[in-house]
Amino acid sequence: MASLRVLACALLMGATVLAQSYGVGRTPTAEEIKAWDISIGPTGEELPEGKGTVREGAQLYRSKGCAGCHGASAVDGKAPILKSKAPPNADVWARGRILPLRAPHATTVWDYINRGMPLNREGTLTPDEVYSLTAYLLFINEVIKEDEVLDAKTLPMVKMPIGEDYARLPDWKPRTPRLKGYPH
Amino acid sequence: MGSKRPDRRGFLKSGAALAGGLTVGAVAPAIGQEQHHDPSMIKEGKDQIAYGDRSKHVTSVRIPHGGRPSPDNWGLTFHVAAPLQDSVGVITPSSLHYMGTTRGSFLPDVDPQAHRLMIHGLVDRPLTFTMDDLKRFPSVTRLHFIECAGNRSSRRAKNVQETHGMTSCAEWTGVLLSTLLKECGLKGSATWFVAEGSEEVKGASSMPIAKAMEDCIVAYGMNGEAVRPQQGFPVRLMVPGFEGIFHTKWLRRIKVVDRYYMNYNDFGHLDKDPKVAALDYQIGPKSVITFPSAGQQLPGKGFYEISGLAWSGGGAIKLVEVSTDGGKRWTKAEIKGTAQRMAHARFGLMWNWDGKETELLSRCTDEIGQIQPSREQIAKYWNKPYDQTFSVPGLDNSIQPWKIASDGSVTNGFA
Repeated sequence: MASLRVLACALLMGATVLAQSYGVGRTPTAEEIKAWDISIGPTGEELPEGKGTVREGAQLYRSKGCAGCHGASAVDGKAPILKSKAPPNADVWARGRILPLRAPHATTVWDYINRGMPLNREGTLTPDEVYSLTAYLLFINEVIKEDEVLDAKTLPMVKMPIGEDYARLPDWKPRTPRLKGYPH
Repeated sequence: MGSKRPDRRGFLKSGAALAGGLTVGAVAPAIGQEQHHDPSMIKEGKDQIAYGDRSKHVTSVRIPHGGRPSPDNWGLTFHVAAPLQDSVGVITPSSLHYMGTTRGSFLPDVDPQAHRLMIHGLVDRPLTFTMDDLKRFPSVTRLHFIECAGNRSSRRAKNVQETHGMTSCAEWTGVLLSTLLKECGLKGSATWFVAEGSEEVKGASSMPIAKAMEDCIVAYGMNGEAVRPQQGFPVRLMVPGFEGIFHTKWLRRIKVVDRYYMNYNDFGHLDKDPKVAALDYQIGPKSVITFPSAGQQLPGKGFYEISGLAWSGGGAIKLVEVSTDGGKRWTKAEIKGTAQRMAHARFGLMWNWDGKETELLSRCTDEIGQIQPSREQIAKYWNKPYDQTFSVPGLDNSIQPWKIASDGSVTNGFA
């Protein structure tokens, strides 16, 4: 009897789930999605075509106004510094919160320049310019060599100094403490 | 109807004459009444008809938080703190709700007619919604707090606005994100989602799909009206109990993915220690006494209602205890009304002050049994000495002490 009731209940719930579609909303085209999607994940699968070099990046750093806020040497501006002041052999965690140095993936650097820079002219850089600026910032932090060319294929392969030495977020579940045993 | 009008006018006229008589003191006050002063009238201009103002005698305002001016030299808004010392009840008025921005931001002036929310990625049917579309779905209305990760007390803080003003609570209305994701059909490989705003930096954060399916709200309503521009007009994401930065404002895109995306806001959350990372994610149980609090003055000994706020990212507040003797004894405070999940709860405790120097503290326990710790307990957990140099790792939910001096002045117990 009880099991029958459970079965009936499960069937009823199933029916509710099936009836979930409201038919509201419009299906975007593949082109629309591509144009909107500026999230570049660690695999770099969303990266556009194009390429960039350290040399072009150094020029763009001046001509696009980066130097105006971040300083000509990337450590002497009003905006956050983009190059570590600590020696390169030090622990990466001791070298400051520098995006093109501490980020676990080079794609994060590309993503941020592309979505958030330059101030007041966000979203105006071409893919080539973003690749070049990323290359320049990785170079001045000694992450890549001066002659490396970055594109959709090479950027996700860049080995960042942090390696695997960073915390992953806990597996979140409803109604669980934020950290078991903290602080008593 | 029209014939009634002259009568009503006549009545008002005679009423005004009577009031005038009172003000010149021609009529003696009734026995037992204090001398009566008629207030001057507030001009009910067109502005007051359309959208009412508060009294000019109420001057409570927000302040830039953390010493950084807002707007700054670039015109960017950073953090602005709510005046909790003046708050009553659990709802923060929209005009006084704290605000924070990801890197400093210009407020986008979003046209709701043109605004779209796109959901794509690991779904069977990517969909784009207009604001009208979103309002066709079944809605929910819930109280939720939002708290900034930078909401921490320091010995330099002069009042509760500086120590705790980066939290606020509002009534939010919108459609559950789970409803929209079901409409799109979530693929089995979906484990994370990225939410993105439409401000100039297009701030984006990665969050677990489990949270999306549990209680996230795509919110267009706040405290009975449209979400304010500073809070993400026309639509923001509510991620109840998570740190403020996740509550993506001016929400334009949700991308369902199969890994942590490490976009810019995620980089801001990067930690070395997994324990610190966990403490910088879901907010712990936290409470603070808002009256009496630092900067306020008790006129003398006698009865006062100690009043404060308690909240937790773990659920509803179950218990608030108050100590009026520096932590020796704790008394259960009254929670006003029913505590909601991931919302401010207002507590109160009647206190008969004997006029002697003391310290007031509050601590809370949430529905899953998490207890608000003292800074000393936190230092012990990290095996660090508890002194002025100790800084709480992750979001600071420690107990705030307020010192009461014998002259009734209230100061920060950490100072």
